[in-house]
Amino acid sequence: MKGLRLPHLTGWRPIATILILAGILAAVARFTLGLGATTNLSDEFPWGLWIGFDFLGIGLAASGFTIVAAVHLFHAEEYEPIVRPAILTAFIGYLLVVLVLIIDLGRPDHFWHPLVMWNPHSVMCEISWCLMLYTTVLSLEFAPIILEKFHIHSPIKWIHAVSLPFMIFGVLLSTLHQSSFGSLYLIVPNRLHALWYTPLLPVLFFISCIASGLSMIVLESIIFSRDGRPFLPTRLRANLAKAIALALAVYFVVRIQDLLSRGGFRDMTTLSYYSVAFWGELLIGFVIPFAMLLFERIRVSQTGLYSASLMVVLGFAFNRMNTAITGLEHYPSQTYFPSIIEIFIMLGITACGFCAFSFIAERLPIFRVEESGDPFHHEALSGVQEPLSESPECEDLRPSQADPISRAQLHGG
Amino acid sequence: MTHKKAMLIDISLCVGCNACQAGCKEENGLPPNEEKYLSLTAYTALSKYNDLYVRRMCQHCDVPTCVSVCPVGALTKSGVGPVSYDGEKCIGCRYCLQACPFHVPKYEWSSTKPSIRKCKFCPNRLAKGRPTACAEACPTGATKFGDRDELLIEAARRINAEPGKYVTRIYGEQDVGGTSMLYLSPVPFEELGFDSRLGKIPMPMLTMSALSKVPNVLSVGGVLLAGIWWITNRRTEVQAHESALKQGKTQPQEDDE
Ligand code: SF4
Ligand code: SF4
Ligand code: SF4
Repeated sequence: MKGLRLPHLTGWRPIATILILAGILAAVARFTLGLGATTNLSDEFPWGLWIGFDFLGIGLAASGFTIVAAVHLFHAEEYEPIVRPAILTAFIGYLLVVLVLIIDLGRPDHFWHPLVMWNPHSVMCEISWCLMLYTTVLSLEFAPIILEKFHIHSPIKWIHAVSLPFMIFGVLLSTLHQSSFGSLYLIVPNRLHALWYTPLLPVLFFISCIASGLSMIVLESIIFSRDGRPFLPTRLRANLAKAIALALAVYFVVRIQDLLSRGGFRDMTTLSYYSVAFWGELLIGFVIPFAMLLFERIRVSQTGLYSASLMVVLGFAFNRMNTAITGLEHYPSQTYFPSIIEIFIMLGITACGFCAFSFIAERLPIFRVEESGDPFHHEALSGVQEPLSESPECEDLRPSQADPISRAQLHGG
Repeated sequence: MTHKKAMLIDISLCVGCNACQAGCKEENGLPPNEEKYLSLTAYTALSKYNDLYVRRMCQHCDVPTCVSVCPVGALTKSGVGPVSYDGEKCIGCRYCLQACPFHVPKYEWSSTKPSIRKCKFCPNRLAKGRPTACAEACPTGATKFGDRDELLIEAARRINAEPGKYVTRIYGEQDVGGTSMLYLSPVPFEELGFDSRLGKIPMPMLTMSALSKVPNVLSVGGVLLAGIWWITNRRTEVQAHESALKQGKTQPQEDDE
């Protein structure tokens, strides 16, 4: 596809190949030798790197539901061009997470059990269900792109007919499981360090996933820009940046206020391994990018916005890993560091994700802007649009070409 | 009416003979080595604190955390007391290891078809009206098996009979909502490695409040989102229609609904 220039990392292909091969070897080892021989997990530290990776993957894939909600439910149609990349990111993200979850299970052969054996009191059970349902919803949201490519149009109509309830359902499911990942730790007040344990974990997980999801959208829109021209118009990116800043501010206030009200002042201010980790994540991921995003100059600058949203994503990763690993290390005074096999499996799977993304993005009409212009008719809800599937090549990744009417309306909405 | 069974463990009476562990291992067909910590092959173990011995094992909580977190219901609580485990259901997520406030379940890390292992509260013996193997083996009466209600009365009687001999607390009576293992101790429980910060509220309540919001999120959220969609969609339509009129060309409205 001529219109798309994925960022060219020199030597990416060989590196990806090596990572994937190493990951496959590591996975073979894990399945033949068992978890004990291949991971550093133990009775005291039953969850490790992989669960942190799951949090991360899911949180970053939050771009999927945030943008679907914005565009299709709140009618911010000007963000339409980023819907497909966001759905693709989410779809791949979720598949990877499901894969890691299955590798992480002691009995991968029993992975289907939550389908037929329910324990309604279990957060884990709720998460499994949300994951399964939402991955299905995502594949339905993604299906039209594939079908379009192969000119199979009747199912698309059918999917579009039911897409609204699906989108609503999808947004709700993501709300639920994004916060449920936080709820997983509600049960371990005696294990998780007070800097991370709070009854508000589900709320905090949800707010931060919105910030990270939107940051991912900004990052994608910059990375996949062409000829130095960003994929979304500067103004739209600046608006996204405002939304990110808002989410960061809400997060920060809720988190600090909650910590203080539970008497966490000493934990925050005495110098320790934990307070360093705590301030690290808060400064890198929340405070500094928030301060940066306050400036209009940064919101409209490509590099400024790029670094701010990258920091949000990093801080987010830091936060999830802290919750999943660091915060649990003080009890029962046992530390954990992932084994080389755990790391290789994670890297291999991540590389698979990147490869899948660029493979699909190069072959399917993911990055293209709708030029033909019935503005009331946004894509995923609209019917078949013949010309589009035929002319992806000549698509320009120029900012939305939709006519001025739609711009104007969107301001109202 | 089934009576809730329990064990009363009087730390002051334990002489550290390890008969309970030996009895348990025999009952469960485990290798007979003497072990100091709970493990795959030790469902109960004795830890020594100065001259006191403390038996550890699954507490068979009244509202067990492990049961509430298990996504597939591999762990179940029976009315009589035992928290049982079904390896056929278990998916090996290890949430029970993470969540148990007493760090009881142990995992077969070296196996490719792992199960968890822990004290079973001898359900087969209970069904026949017999005491647990460890209680039966105990020569000094430090571990006593019986109805929970009666054992609580007995424990209170012991505390009152010899003031100063015991701390006035029965560990397990109310901790995490009550457990089937009740402990009496001559020294504060914290000195014996017991977690005294667990509180009286069963741990599963902590997640209950989050989970109970699920139906609300689904119903209220669904209505809300649909409503927002309808309003914004309507506004878009109206605006589009007006501007179309202004431009003097009438555009047919293609509705998505
Ligand atoms: S002590 Fe732990 S394993 Fe035993 S019943 Fe209670 S929560 Fe479950
Ligand atoms: S490891 Fe097995 S028994 Fe424990 S919570 Fe997971 S599925 Fe349930
Ligand atoms: S109750 Fe049974 S399984 Fe548990 S420690 Fe005693 S003998 Fe062992």
